[in-house]
Amino acid sequence: MSSQAGPVNTPAATGELPRVRDVQTRRNAELALLGFAMALVAAYSATIQLTMFDTITGNFWVPAAVLSVLFLGLHLVVRYAAPYADPALIPAVALLNGIGVGFLRRLDLAEAPAAERLNYPIFAGTGGRQLAWTLISVVLAAVVLMIVKDHRAISRYAYTLGLGGIVLVLIPALLPRSLSEINGAKLWIKFGSFSIQPGEFAKLALLAFFAYYLVRKREVLSLASRRVLGVDFPRGRDLGPVLAVWAVSLLVLIFEKDLGTSLLYFGMFVVTLYIATERVSWLIIGLLLFFGGAYSAYLLGASVGGPFANFYDRAQIWLDPFSDPYLRGYQLVQSLLGLGSGGLFGAGPGGGQPTKIPEVHNDFIFAGLGEEIGLFGLSALLIIYLLIVQRGLRAGLAVRDSFGKLLAGGLAFTLALQVFVIVGGISRLIPLTGQTTPFLSAGGSSLMANWMLIAVVLRVSDAARRPVDASVSARPSGSSASAPAQLHGAPTEVIKP
Amino acid sequence: MAGDFVVEVARIGFIILLWIFVFTVVGVIRRDLFAGARSSRLVAAPRGVGASTGQQRPAKVKRGRAAHQLVVTAGQLAGTRITLGDGQITIGRAEDSTLVITDDYASARHARLVPRSGQWFVEDLGSTNGTYLDRAKVTGPTPVPLGVPIRIGRTSLELRP
Repeated sequence: MSSQAGPVNTPAATGELPRVRDVQTRRNAELALLGFAMALVAAYSATIQLTMFDTITGNFWVPAAVLSVLFLGLHLVVRYAAPYADPALIPAVALLNGIGVGFLRRLDLAEAPAAERLNYPIFAGTGGRQLAWTLISVVLAAVVLMIVKDHRAISRYAYTLGLGGIVLVLIPALLPRSLSEINGAKLWIKFGSFSIQPGEFAKLALLAFFAYYLVRKREVLSLASRRVLGVDFPRGRDLGPVLAVWAVSLLVLIFEKDLGTSLLYFGMFVVTLYIATERVSWLIIGLLLFFGGAYSAYLLGASVGGPFANFYDRAQIWLDPFSDPYLRGYQLVQSLLGLGSGGLFGAGPGGGQPTKIPEVHNDFIFAGLGEEIGLFGLSALLIIYLLIVQRGLRAGLAVRDSFGKLLAGGLAFTLALQVFVIVGGISRLIPLTGQTTPFLSAGGSSLMANWMLIAVVLRVSDAARRPVDASVSARPSGSSASAPAQLHGAPTEVIKP
Repeated sequence: MAGDFVVEVARIGFIILLWIFVFTVVGVIRRDLFAGARSSRLVAAPRGVGASTGQQRPAKVKRGRAAHQLVVTAGQLAGTRITLGDGQITIGRAEDSTLVITDDYASARHARLVPRSGQWFVEDLGSTNGTYLDRAKVTGPTPVPLGVPIRIGRTSLELRP
């Protein structure tokens, strides 16, 4: 940046330069927190074994140890590639990921025959697969950190990423149902027994594109406006992009039958728009458009059916799950019963019956966890999400370029919205939609995409906290200035010790 | 019975440990959360008041009072802070500036901040709309006291300890 100009322009200054307070990288704090998080994961699996078997086997620590080695590796990569990155992010994410792996393993144990339980293999079952996915995801995050040396480089590929994102969103909608539909939502690409959810990666690509587009257009979008009722509203023709994204997310809702993903894309765009322009009117317009769209989809589902029927069904279940508790409302009713029987402190890790909830390893993992760790435990997990989001927003606030601000702010908000959509869904605050719980749910696509998200946020926070000209500058000018001073025998009082 | 007791302790202990972890994380990021607020309220204001005396004797800046941060207090980048090193800070719309401001009244290379003998100097780089130190237009290199706003278009910057 400006470092090459510094030595040339800065004149002789051998005296007391502004003393640089040692900017702490805080990597040791990160390491200590990481140790704590992994100790918690080990304690979690020990408690599970104690509750389920009345004894602790010798290998309870193995998954935690595998994860520790993995995260230690990531920590070392961060030390090398992003030394000023935020210290709280990796430990918080690692804890969620570790608890997810522990809980999935606990589900495997509950379903395994009694004889195999005591020495259940590490990489077996859903928990084992999640452990393997974690391995791949963390390596991917490290690769992102190594390749993307400066987050502004991402903006160079903005249009490519935007196009790629749209293609990824559209693939499942266009594929035949047999290749893309799981549980009524067409969000997948299936290859035999293996399936990926391209939308998870699309959200990262689309966000990078939104950020780039809005940095370019922010002046038009925020300056030209009309004032109605004390709120600045944009001109009609500037509404184009937001209407386009709204239409795309409605198409997702109709053809992929997934309210969560469509809410996620639309909310992501509106919030990036809001961060770019600081106009509350965009939030109002966005909320009106979304609720209008969702409500008319509901009405259409009631009268026409067809592509809207799925959404209408879900809304009906949400309004009254107990009207049909054994069939359509079964999932949600079991989830609510699980949360309710957990109460304040829960049945203890391993003490509940989470296997009664359908899809507990995936969408309903928060309900399953809630039964065992109770409201106190769940709120701790929610606060950990909150801290991760806060660190992302903080990085966005502190970074020095607009693209980085929009990128970090948008990514942090996306994570928050995803947690809101799924936790709101399982606790019947909003209609349930098939979103994964970031870092907890079983599923490789979600885990990989969210770890990549964290890698980008780490990269932005490194740029935000890195002091200007950390190493270079002033040294060459200092020596060239002190040499003439000695030659000419300049008065010594100029140079202060 | 003893087994039940151990299970109970483990159950509650895990939740307590979870919360201790939450508070430890908050403790680690606490400094970052409150650093800005504290320095702006308690430290910067009094020094900005006594700044006129410091202006004549810029060399006498004491070690503890040297500027360590450049904070954007108004404009689109408000809230941004740059930790000062010993290199100069360039400000403008150009992408390679240290602080890239997207202010309609800013030039591509608007101004720069240069450290000399422990004092930071602001220098206008021939901008169209000018750089102001508090109310006065900056013509040559001018020493910048702590807490006094440098105004560029709608953006305000301050040095903070």
